[in-house]
Amino acid sequence: MAIENTIDKSNEELSKQDFVSDQMVKWCPGCGAHAILASVAKVFPEIGYKKENFCFVSGIGCSSRFPYYVNTYGFHGIHGRANPIATGVKVSNPHLSVWIATGDGDSMAIGGNHFIHIVRRNVDVNIMLFNNHIYGLTKGQYSPTTPMGSKTKTSPQGTIEQPFNTANLVMGAKGTFFARVVDTRPGLMTDVMYEAAKHDGTSVVEILQNCIIFADKTHEDITGKDVKDDNQLLLKHGEPMIFGKNKDKGIVYRDGALMAVTIGEDGFKLEDILVHDQYRYNPGLQRMLARMHPPKLPVALGVIRSVVAPTYDDLVEEQIEYAKANDPIKCVDDLLNSGDTWEL
Amino acid sequence: MHRTQIQNIMTNNKIIELDDAVVKFVGDSGDGMQVTGTLFSDTAALMGNDLATFPDYPAEIRAPHNTIAGVSGFQVHIGKRRIHTSGDNCDVLVAMNPASLKANLKWCKPNATLIIDNDIFDVSGCEKAGYASNPLTDNSLNGYKLYSLPISTLTKNFIEGKVGDVKLGMRTKNMFLLGIVYNLFGMDLKTAHHLIGKRFKKKASVAELNKEVISAGYQYAEEHNLFTEKFHVGPADLEKGAYRNITGNVATAWGLLAASEKSGRPLFLGSYPITPATEILMELAQHKSLGAKVFQAEDEIAGICSAIGASFSGSMACTTTSGPGLSLKSEAIGLAVITELPLIIVNVQRGGPSTGLPTKSEQSDLYQALYGRNGECPVIVIAASTAANCFYYAYMAAKFSLEHMTPVILLTDGYLGLGSQIFKIPKMSELPEIKPPIAEANDPDFKPYRRDNRLVRKWAIPGTIGLRHRVGGLEKLDIEGTVSTDPLNHQKMSEYRLQKVLKVADYMPEQDVYGEDSGDLLVVSWGGTQGAVRSSVKHMIKDGKKVSHAHFHYIMPLPKNTAAIFSRFKKIIVCELNMGQFVNYLRASLPEYKYEQYNKIQGLPFLVAELKAKYNQILEEK
Repeated sequence: MAIENTIDKSNEELSKQDFVSDQMVKWCPGCGAHAILASVAKVFPEIGYKKENFCFVSGIGCSSRFPYYVNTYGFHGIHGRANPIATGVKVSNPHLSVWIATGDGDSMAIGGNHFIHIVRRNVDVNIMLFNNHIYGLTKGQYSPTTPMGSKTKTSPQGTIEQPFNTANLVMGAKGTFFARVVDTRPGLMTDVMYEAAKHDGTSVVEILQNCIIFADKTHEDITGKDVKDDNQLLLKHGEPMIFGKNKDKGIVYRDGALMAVTIGEDGFKLEDILVHDQYRYNPGLQRMLARMHPPKLPVALGVIRSVVAPTYDDLVEEQIEYAKANDPIKCVDDLLNSGDTWEL
Repeated sequence: MHRTQIQNIMTNNKIIELDDAVVKFVGDSGDGMQVTGTLFSDTAALMGNDLATFPDYPAEIRAPHNTIAGVSGFQVHIGKRRIHTSGDNCDVLVAMNPASLKANLKWCKPNATLIIDNDIFDVSGCEKAGYASNPLTDNSLNGYKLYSLPISTLTKNFIEGKVGDVKLGMRTKNMFLLGIVYNLFGMDLKTAHHLIGKRFKKKASVAELNKEVISAGYQYAEEHNLFTEKFHVGPADLEKGAYRNITGNVATAWGLLAASEKSGRPLFLGSYPITPATEILMELAQHKSLGAKVFQAEDEIAGICSAIGASFSGSMACTTTSGPGLSLKSEAIGLAVITELPLIIVNVQRGGPSTGLPTKSEQSDLYQALYGRNGECPVIVIAASTAANCFYYAYMAAKFSLEHMTPVILLTDGYLGLGSQIFKIPKMSELPEIKPPIAEANDPDFKPYRRDNRLVRKWAIPGTIGLRHRVGGLEKLDIEGTVSTDPLNHQKMSEYRLQKVLKVADYMPEQDVYGEDSGDLLVVSWGGTQGAVRSSVKHMIKDGKKVSHAHFHYIMPLPKNTAAIFSRFKKIIVCELNMGQFVNYLRASLPEYKYEQYNKIQGLPFLVAELKAKYNQILEEK
């Protein structure tokens, strides 16, 4: 309900220019973050809030320079702590639309604990998780999402750790909103950010982002020109899960697993293809979709899960309203004189 | 303890008038010692005594039954004079089992009154406590006034036929003992009945049984003429007004609530439970009706970071912790310093390092408060000195933090936090104003790091029209607030941040001195040791020595008249419960004076006697 009730709407028409900062953007040329910034500037006027009611919070890393590059209230925090800082911003001032810019180091490693807890609490914030599989700002060490076996500056023989699947971490923590986009699809990014803004609760948008310097082409098996049609499944609520250059492939559920099939082959018809339900409360199928990856299956993009649940900040306000109405202690003088007191 | 003896003609018993008395109730965890002690102290308070209490309980929730590890205690110091501490040694020890006697006898004065349940002193009970023979019968307690009574049997005889479940009913044996203590001090049973009724408001039958058992204990003592000498502690000469009993942690919570109301900034607390600070978190969670938003975070770091976020978005933000938690918060304190946001950090100190002595108290976090961060990172440091004045110093910590846009660390400790004291109830209208420098909407001159003549920047709260800006952990350009790596700008901003904190001294009260304002020896202390140190100085003055006492509450910055005070004494000694942290800070801040030091690091408070011995030694040295 946040979009209607607690955040003031703008009474002027806003444009992209309202959110452009006067600071020089210092990301590397060709970095995926530029596209994310452009998408934010495009979608914020459409969301319709007063421009003073947007607040960006970040941690540390390339992603976390974001607040300096967008003209909103902004707070650049410390490594891993964007999520608890943003929790404080939102709980203290629920009339703000709070956006978190964070990365796979910031929110999956040093801030991993905070990440699962903000998701579990369902604080009404929007997390943009820039996932480039690498520590960029410290120049090329592996992160908790780096694919197993990747050679980086701290894994010269290849990593020997299983990476996190962000979506499954979110759903394991009872997350209410998860979407995945790639930095090469600006239209999808703005659509998903708009939906994230509308969602009441913690919305996590994982952005598969390219780091041109230290992990170039890390998402190439998804975003590469030759493979993207066959390796990206763009989910739309209520529509069959169809993909492929010729729109003839689809996802079916067989023997406890998902399977990619070609419509018209092996007896598979359009009616056999699964239809996406992002509002389904049971996350079972959504988890399976989020885990899909090439070569056998495409990567699921778009809003994978979006369910309604009370937000932490709304519940805080509710408890305060209830206490104000029912507690006989109305001010600190009442408090000081409550309970056992005596006069001398 | 000064005694006057009055013959009571009616009973032929003597009543001994005492200026003060220390009573300690000890038993096994689960024997109800905290409830017993609280009832006793609340009754004393309602009878007009000044008092201080301290609960002494094990870190384990239920340690093995009847062992030393499981001993739980509650010490009460009542007086007709002003009471500053929960007392050094006991006049009366009430012990429910052998282990509690064994653990506490060393804290009893010679000839102290011991009231003991001898039913528990069987062979196995004594063995578990580590006694080779029964101390009640082996004459080892000959130096005390021993009242060895079959409390369990007496309680059982009394309740049989009154309750269905005798085993459950036996939990009232603490009340039987308490009744005996009421008789010893001639205390009012009606008050006890009133307090018991309140405590068990929702369980009328439990309340009734407890009332009957406490009366039975009282009657038993009376009918058996148990005490030929009884004690009486008259009402204290306290200022007129309304009073209540309060623990330091509750007083801290209330001081923060008062500052929030006065400043008009809603209170936000981001905290993680930790002994002995948790009660502040629990207390504030009770007061949502005052708008307090209390966030129990997933860890200490999330606690402070949420508070910093809340401060950015306009709340009076606080985080409460103890030593190890403060260590975890260090990096985030630096963030609050460089973003120049108000933040109140309460550290209820305990014994360290690491997990250390969680339930014991010391003053060993001063260095951490002053210096424990990366970079040049000054914060205001304030220390409360009594359970009751935690209210005032929490309020002042919030005031300075809000008005000067900088974090404040308030140091209390476990003894202050968990101990209780009589508190004169203030009126909100009498507390000083708190005016945070909030930026107005559309202020054409607003710049994030533009400063006033106190070097304070404005607080531009998100949502305000026309003030969009960014702050963060990277060094900021003077006035503009954009990111800057310029060398001279960093020097300038570092100096501003320090000078801003030092300038707070212009707004702080001056340091006071107890005793003459010049002399042979100035005793310096800070924080929770005020009571013991003040008593020791009083004794010295009574002995005719030229000794005075300066007890510091404002540590960073130091009060402006500190050097002037130091210059008027021939010698200065700094006493603290650590290995010399304040004294070294003074040596660095005011190097022109020579400082002696007295330190103790045992998780225990100072004793008056040890302090006096040290002063006399220093006075004799040439």
